[in-house]
Amino acid sequence: MWTFFAFTGPTFILLAIFIFWPIFYSFYLSLFKWNMVSPRKTFLGLQNYKDMFSDDVFKLVVKNTLIMAFFTVVVKMAISLYLATQLNKKIRLSNFYRAIIFSPTFTANVAIAMVWAWIFEPTYGLMRSFLRPLGLPMIDWLKSTSHSLPAVIIVLIWSGIGYDMVLFLAALKNVPLEIYEAAIVDGANPFQTFWKITFPLISPTTFFLTITGFINVLKAFDIARIMTEGGPLNSSNVYVHYLYQNAFQWFRAGYASALALVLFLFIMFITLIQNRLSKSWVHY
Amino acid sequence: MEQHVNIRALASKLFTHFILIIATMVIGLPFLWMLSTSIKGPTEVAMFPPVWWPKEVRLDNFTTAWNTAPFGRFYINSIVTAAAGVILGVVTAAFAAYAFARIRFKYRDFFFLVMLAAMMIPGQVALIPNYVILAKLNWINTYQGIVVPHIANVFGAFLLRQYFMTIPNDLYDAAQIDGLGHTRTLLHVALPLSRPVLGTLLLYLFIQKWNAYLWPLIVTNKQNMRTLPVGLAMIRSAEYSIGPEHLMAASIFVLMPVLIAYFLAQKQLIEGIAAGAVKG
Repeated sequence: MWTFFAFTGPTFILLAIFIFWPIFYSFYLSLFKWNMVSPRKTFLGLQNYKDMFSDDVFKLVVKNTLIMAFFTVVVKMAISLYLATQLNKKIRLSNFYRAIIFSPTFTANVAIAMVWAWIFEPTYGLMRSFLRPLGLPMIDWLKSTSHSLPAVIIVLIWSGIGYDMVLFLAALKNVPLEIYEAAIVDGANPFQTFWKITFPLISPTTFFLTITGFINVLKAFDIARIMTEGGPLNSSNVYVHYLYQNAFQWFRAGYASALALVLFLFIMFITLIQNRLSKSWVHY
Repeated sequence: MEQHVNIRALASKLFTHFILIIATMVIGLPFLWMLSTSIKGPTEVAMFPPVWWPKEVRLDNFTTAWNTAPFGRFYINSIVTAAAGVILGVVTAAFAAYAFARIRFKYRDFFFLVMLAAMMIPGQVALIPNYVILAKLNWINTYQGIVVPHIANVFGAFLLRQYFMTIPNDLYDAAQIDGLGHTRTLLHVALPLSRPVLGTLLLYLFIQKWNAYLWPLIVTNKQNMRTLPVGLAMIRSAEYSIGPEHLMAASIFVLMPVLIAYFLAQKQLIEGIAAGAVKG
């Protein structure tokens, strides 16, 4: 038993200090008004939570975050599932295609945001040269209240396709070939085979990617921070970025802690649903 | 009939390549655009439609970019914090993984669940408390401030535990008969046998720490303590008036080590991710 504690001790001590304790401490801080430096904290009770409901920026940020999560996850998964089915065929160069499409997964978000900010540049940017032949007007993506959030979503989709595709591909490779052969013998066309056989069989992966993808977008910060700083007029401001602004730019540690705790509860709620549903709904 | 089938198979193959080439281009073009911009002079940067290959290749953009901010120092900071984070992370994970795989203890399963629960808690929730803790320790603007809060890594412990459990019991028994204690069994039996998964984990953690942005941004405010991603993001602000060609050159400084590592080991990394995530 002592060896067990000696071996797991370092991990548990670090988790206790930097992961578990912060949840309780966040709750404690969320009951105060505090600027993070002053030794004095003013007790507010639940006022910080009440303030969220009257904070228009908070409402906009939640809306932006949910829109971003929905579109990013749906579009990214549709594209990556399609690419995975293509990559699952026995073709040459498949490792090359896979390596390139997966590469943004390991690329620093800061560098991704840098190059995409330059792509979205209105006069000389690459995006303009692709959109002009389609007869679209010049768009200042990052400075427009209607286009800044879509720009961030496009970048999240671009950088996330590879990861989803690789997981879908692993799932597709696990579908036994005999099932396909049986389906062909029974006269099923490729469309039917996909929706009636493949899709149900890979549903655990689809489910896993939907939930984890959704949670990851809720936690997204880097791209929005660097490309738009949440602007203009908060049109691309998202949850963790707003939390960051409150805590580390405006020094509203109490309010930011309340935001953190709400995010924590929401993510826990989704995780619980995931655990429930994955037991009853998913085919294994 | 035979020929008809062949033509159809060929057409379908060509279509597959067509789709994958388009996807590869969409993903690859931003990287090429970054590279292309980084070697252009200011006039060709401001040209529409864009030029992909400049008439005059301007490698001096890289020296200009390097000199706009202390990039040498950023490199050292990134290397030190990433290396320390990876080494400490893998060591703690390996010990925890071994305990969960091999050491019998009544409440082992309970502790395992506690550890897994930590994986579900979003780190973003801990930003403010961790900042407050580090401020009390006077660890703001220090390497340990960047590294220590993110040493514990449940993913690594989980991955290694799974792997340690696949090692045949006979080998563990033999180690015991030879009089090896748990520490030496871990170091001389379990870890050497786990080399493939260990390599993937090391590389994965290194890339993750190298690319980290939010935490190093919060915990450093002196220029000479910034890591590469934070330093790169800073030079885009108005106080440095540099062109896109320099920003792209500086971005390449950040990407280079990871891209090299990725293309050397992409197969292990991709397959490691697929295996780890599906099981997890």
